[in-house]
Amino acid sequence: MRELKNRFKAQYKNTSKDRLKIGVVSILALSLAACFHNEDDDENMPVVAMYKVTVSNLTNGQPMTPVAIVVHKSGYDAWTLGGMASIGLEKLAEGGDTADFITEASANMNVSTTDVAGATPFGPGSSVMVEVKANYSNDLKLSLASMLANTNDAFTGLLSADIGSLAIGESMTMMSHVFDAGTESNTEASGTLAGPADESTAASKAYSATRDDLHDFVSVHAGVVTMDDGLTTSILDESHRWNGVAAKIMVERL
Amino acid sequence: MKLSMKKSLLALALAMGVGSAANAATWDVKITNLTNGNHFTPLLVTAHASTAHLYTPGIAASAALQGMAECGDLSGLLALTEVGAADADTIVNPVGTGDLLAPGASTTAMITTSATHLSIVAMILPTNDGFVGLDAMQIPTAAGTYTYFINGYDAGTEANTELKDVASSCAINQEGYPGAPSGHEGTGGSGMVGADSNTMVHVHRGVLGDSDSTGGLSDLDSTVHRWQNPIAKVTVTVN
Repeated sequence: MRELKNRFKAQYKNTSKDRLKIGVVSILALSLAACFHNEDDDENMPVVAMYKVTVSNLTNGQPMTPVAIVVHKSGYDAWTLGGMASIGLEKLAEGGDTADFITEASANMNVSTTDVAGATPFGPGSSVMVEVKANYSNDLKLSLASMLANTNDAFTGLLSADIGSLAIGESMTMMSHVFDAGTESNTEASGTLAGPADESTAASKAYSATRDDLHDFVSVHAGVVTMDDGLTTSILDESHRWNGVAAKIMVERL
Repeated sequence: MKLSMKKSLLALALAMGVGSAANAATWDVKITNLTNGNHFTPLLVTAHASTAHLYTPGIAASAALQGMAECGDLSGLLALTEVGAADADTIVNPVGTGDLLAPGASTTAMITTSATHLSIVAMILPTNDGFVGLDAMQIPTAAGTYTYFINGYDAGTEANTELKDVASSCAINQEGYPGAPSGHEGTGGSGMVGADSNTMVHVHRGVLGDSDSTGGLSDLDSTVHRWQNPIAKVTVTVN
């Protein structure tokens, strides 16, 4: 419905602009030609859209690492469910490092802009916010990813959420699911978790190039088991669990 | 030019059958409990302006919300000016006075309103401070049926001990869950870990339970009282 309304609005806008042009030409004649020309140039300029993205951590015991933000069009997939994670996604999901994920995104011609929300991990009940600009297209999409720090390779994120339908001043709120990158076995053991629940100083607790999960593909995460539910080798407890969704994401077009 | 554009947009809106805010709509709001072993306490189903919230994920719970989440008490929320007493756009428990919405069961609230947004809350039993929630969802004005799957939230106000509150009446800041209508409760649990790490309203991590009916950590049964999100389905028919 809103899409339909926007389309009608856009159509009307075009019509009214055309009418204005004709009016300007016929009434004001050539003395204002320069002025008219400027307006014409403006119309050929791409429209820059600004979006404010707020990510709120709604888990009980999972700090989230800085959020990689990618604004893009069709033709970029941050990951595919059932498909192998990229190296960039693996590093993000195992250790919270966004650098390679952002580099991979930037190399894709369908990516408009990238950013990272938050400089350090943000805990349960906290939020991070970032404002991004992109050339407007009704095909504009938002993908984002952030590691759940007290896990082996779990991340929450959005995959190609449609933001091109947002008009200026409109906003949308989404809840994000948790995915398993499929790049590291979910042992929950000491020395394998990047977050503060793991007090080990082992270098391997963050990223390791070895892919030793049951299946090397991205899936919906089954959740952590924890020592309180009988996984005796887990250093996590029931407070680290989550159920389905982990973050609230609000996108406002400014 | 601006004026004529506005006028034309208005004409367009009218032609498209977009109702203005002054026109009352009727919504049939059907709520289905998707769990296997959890009951919902009396539901509050209310239509309101976009600015009103019974709760906001990521923000601390109000005392009114705490009363609902810990004891199923709706009186605090009904005292809020943006909700108001039970009337055409604020329905208290379509199941029936004091009745619970059982696992698998559905109920329908019929709302007449000129407002734009819908909120729903009810406590989840058995939990310490868990509730099922829909926060200020904008309902389309066009006639049709719209479906929303919603989650269980944790008010962040009470530790999830998973032990039964043995006091004769429920009160906020009084530890324990008030009851387990689906039965299968144990006794003698030592209690789950301390206070919530997230003291804001957040997504409930679910109860853990255990398989020891006379001890263990929890008085809940891990094979009965757990749920997965989404915890409920809301179907809104706009007439």
